[in-house]
Amino acid sequence: MPETKRALAEHFETLEQQHQAAWLGMWTFLATEIMFFSGLFMGYIIYRHTYFQSFEIASRHTNIIYGTVNTAILLTSSLTMALGVHAAQEGRNKAVVRYILITILFAAAFMVVKGAEYYEHFKNHEIPGQAFHPIPQAPQAVIFFYLYFAMTGLHAVHVMVGIGVLSVMAWLAARQRFDRVYNTPVELAGLYWHFVDIVWIFLYPLIYLIDRHT
Amino acid sequence: MNETEAVPVPAPAEVEENYLSAGHTVRSWLLTTDHKRIGLLYLFSIIFFFAIAAVAAAIMRLELLTPPGDLVLSATYNKLFTLHGVIMVWFFLIPSIPNVLGNFLIPMMIGARDVAFPKLNLLSWYLFMAGGLLALHAIIVGGVDTGWTFYTPYSSRYSNTHTVEMALGIFLSGFASILTGLNFIITVHEMRAPGLTWFRLPLFIWSHYATSLILVLATPVLAITLLLMMLERIWGLGIFDPRLGGDPVLFQHLFWFYSHPAVYIMILPSMAVVSELIPCFSRKRIFGYKFIAFASMAIAVLGFVVWGHHMFVSGQSVYAGMIFSILSFIVAIPSGIKVFNWTATLHRGSISFETPMLYALGFIGLFSLGGLTGLFLAALAVDVHVTDTYFVVAHFHYIMVGGTVLAFMGGIHFWWPKITGRMYPEKLGQLAALVTFIGFNLTFFPQFVMGYLGMPRRYHAYAPEFQIYHVLSTAGATILGVGYLLPVIYLLWSLRHGKKAGANPWGATGLEWQTPSPPPVHNFAEVPRVTGEPYDYSPQEEEKKAEDDHA
Repeated sequence: MPETKRALAEHFETLEQQHQAAWLGMWTFLATEIMFFSGLFMGYIIYRHTYFQSFEIASRHTNIIYGTVNTAILLTSSLTMALGVHAAQEGRNKAVVRYILITILFAAAFMVVKGAEYYEHFKNHEIPGQAFHPIPQAPQAVIFFYLYFAMTGLHAVHVMVGIGVLSVMAWLAARQRFDRVYNTPVELAGLYWHFVDIVWIFLYPLIYLIDRHT
Repeated sequence: MNETEAVPVPAPAEVEENYLSAGHTVRSWLLTTDHKRIGLLYLFSIIFFFAIAAVAAAIMRLELLTPPGDLVLSATYNKLFTLHGVIMVWFFLIPSIPNVLGNFLIPMMIGARDVAFPKLNLLSWYLFMAGGLLALHAIIVGGVDTGWTFYTPYSSRYSNTHTVEMALGIFLSGFASILTGLNFIITVHEMRAPGLTWFRLPLFIWSHYATSLILVLATPVLAITLLLMMLERIWGLGIFDPRLGGDPVLFQHLFWFYSHPAVYIMILPSMAVVSELIPCFSRKRIFGYKFIAFASMAIAVLGFVVWGHHMFVSGQSVYAGMIFSILSFIVAIPSGIKVFNWTATLHRGSISFETPMLYALGFIGLFSLGGLTGLFLAALAVDVHVTDTYFVVAHFHYIMVGGTVLAFMGGIHFWWPKITGRMYPEKLGQLAALVTFIGFNLTFFPQFVMGYLGMPRRYHAYAPEFQIYHVLSTAGATILGVGYLLPVIYLLWSLRHGKKAGANPWGATGLEWQTPSPPPVHNFAEVPRVTGEPYDYSPQEEEKKAEDDHA
């Protein structure tokens, strides 16, 4: 297969070795990503513990509808991504394009909802800074909102990077670049996308579901 | 292992072009993906940064010759030690051995044609340079006065200097570190030559593997910490801001969660170098191979759980302090194992004192002193007494200069023939090693004494009774400067006039010596096969044979 031969970089012996290296590289990269987010999660844990009451009250000022809709969107996008990876492994480039475009659409929808949510916080003066309206019973609500914006903001940056990566994958698939033997890039993009999804799975309860069962 | 010498190296014409002659244009260097060339790019860059930080140190030492602050203002002094710390730590020490020697040697030592991701390797250098130049720019437009630790809320709120720009520079260079670490991990996992099992790897590889684990797991924490600090300064508030109920000590926890392991990023690669030098110049198999390999891994793991010893007086709880103190004592064990193993390797070896060996022996002595004074500092009560004194300054310079810089110099001399194809002048090399050793000790040993007597760090003026120690220290720094300059001169000279090295001038084992010097673009004409253990040195072959016969 000439396509496959072209895909093998000169410093690797076999395509299998190249695939293994790329795969392990992606997992290592995801480990660094987890450590990158960990600083924020650490801050969250400490302040939620120290100022639980403020966090509890401030959490009620978030919009659970937006949050839940976004959770549903992102989880579904992981499904379409997985289907895309599966199609790539079977060499069905057309299906890869289709599934990845749907995934990108979901990602865009996520960003739109997030934007609407940020706008609502802006209108309600819930963005930390000069215009922040303090919540009387929650003196440390500002820390909650700071963490909220830092964490969801960093996550949103990752979503946007994901849209870029997925666009490249769709483009490559449209040019018939993948086959049964060579489909590593789609697989790795899939891993990255699931990571973005998993971060959100942790963010959702931490932000929206503090003591909301009543 | 003199077999290699006997076998004639294939004439250069038969193999492919060497990596230096493969292209002479600027483009061929700036767009190279050859790990050897990227190693050299890093070498030039870090020497450039080293020179800048060394000048800052020289100005500080001059200021400290006399008790009153008469050469620079206290504000300037603050900027000088910040410059020295930031540049030395992030733009010299951390990339020194891994990015120069590691980049050059890791693929060759494992019989690979390149690292796993050559383009990421080049990207790493560009990120490093972008970060470095940003940091330099911050210095030129006015500097930073927070110290290299950027403690909040001073850095995020009160300092009137360019902290954001400087932190951004470090942030970028952090991604360079991450890419390098990631590259090394995957290279060692996936690119080893046939027959090269994990326990046949040179210890250089083991140590760099351990270093890479720290690079990829600790550096992202620094990235997020500095990001939060920058955000806090730009946004005007943040989670370290005490006015909102935030905790500045959290910044210290996060910062040291990276910066203590970072100490091991600096020292593990120097242990990697020393583990290669000692057996070669003792003509002896390394003693306790597996112990040294696992000690590297143990240091990497334990290094992650001792950060609190930087914060004994920061207001963390006494119990946390006690636990961090105990853990810090424990981390001395694997370091001790290594020192004992190197010493045991020397025992009854056929030792010769070429320049790299002098640096290696210097390393063992100075690292031991630095490590043992580390135990003083791990003890809570002693640490409270000497916190923020020159005792601490002397301790970490024994590790970082006495350890890392000496090992770096030893490694550069040892692999110089491989890198350039030329030998350096041996006598001058030995002289420089000796001058460095003497200069170093004269600079930093008095600092232990004055620190213990109460001389605080980071002051440009001091009480007159400390002057004698400062004069000694400045005199030593001058000698040390000569020790650094000498190699620069004769190594450059050797590029043209040094005698041709041949593939294996030291009669060393290791795959990198089985290919011509300088190595061909793809390192090996054909992928080598490994059938034996590493460090297959035998000093007195006949004697050993006789013993075997006797048995």
